[in-house]
Amino acid sequence: MQQFRALLRKDQKPVRYLVVDDSVFARKNLIKMIEQFGGEVAGEAGDGLTAIAEYNRTKPDIVLMDITMPQMEGIEAVERIVRQHAEARIVMVSSVGYQENILAALQKGAKHFVQKPVKPEVLYEILRYVLGDDPNAAGAPVALAGERLS
Amino acid sequence: MRMELIQPFINAADAVFAEALQAPTKIVDLSMDENTYRRKGVAALIAIKGDIEGRVILDLAPEVAMRVASHLAGAMVPESEQVVRETVCELANMVIGNSVTLLNDQGFRFKVFPPEIHMSEQGLAGTVDTEAMVLCIKTPCGEIYLNIAMHYLHRRRHEQAPVPTLD
Repeated sequence: MQQFRALLRKDQKPVRYLVVDDSVFARKNLIKMIEQFGGEVAGEAGDGLTAIAEYNRTKPDIVLMDITMPQMEGIEAVERIVRQHAEARIVMVSSVGYQENILAALQKGAKHFVQKPVKPEVLYEILRYVLGDDPNAAGAPVALAGERLS
Repeated sequence: MRMELIQPFINAADAVFAEALQAPTKIVDLSMDENTYRRKGVAALIAIKGDIEGRVILDLAPEVAMRVASHLAGAMVPESEQVVRETVCELANMVIGNSVTLLNDQGFRFKVFPPEIHMSEQGLAGTVDTEAMVLCIKTPCGEIYLNIAMHYLHRRRHEQAPVPTLD
């Protein structure tokens, strides 16, 4: 298994994550990676509505958000969370990497995008960038994460 | 059968399984089939409608689904019908998501319907005889089958020939 240097908050505590995906296995897979990165799971949600409630309850450092979900899709949930919490750091995680999907998510306030199946090393670099740990880690363009934009 | 419509699904499936299972995979038994699909295990059927239309069936034995589930979860998962359904759905979503991304970025517009899971002893409802590409992908968790039937409904806008005018 690949080794990663722990990603920590500025106060040296573990980064707290909210994991949002309607698939239990996708959530477990992301949680496995979060643990490899030295993080802590603040909460889980299977749809956009629950994600908003969980965000308000747990105030995570990072949200990993699927796009296609029942009840409320990820992009709408991003819009609602960012409207209430402008500081929210949300990374979209989806199998569907259409350019228009990515752009819509970024316009609503998501910070980055990663396509499933998620490669741990790609997610790690994106998290470093989004957390501001290394401004050059994932670079500005989404293409480095989703490997779709040219 | 248009290979340019089928190829993205084959490439995506191979890449997704190799990446998700963190191991090499191998495509075997690639063939054309014109008969009604006969399910081998638990199948997810995904319909696509728009500029291109068709359907993709992803099919695997329940024990293969359980091995995939344990791998994705990073620990042994107790066997249940729900776990098998979830695993087949998640694999289908990843394969379809990656392949339709390529087709969408090529200019095709279409709607992808959520996976329908078929587990009962009956065959797949609604799969009339249609020409399909059938393939088996060997993974460390076992064999995963794909059955892909796809055709053009409309050409991409920039490829449509101008309408001839009468003198």
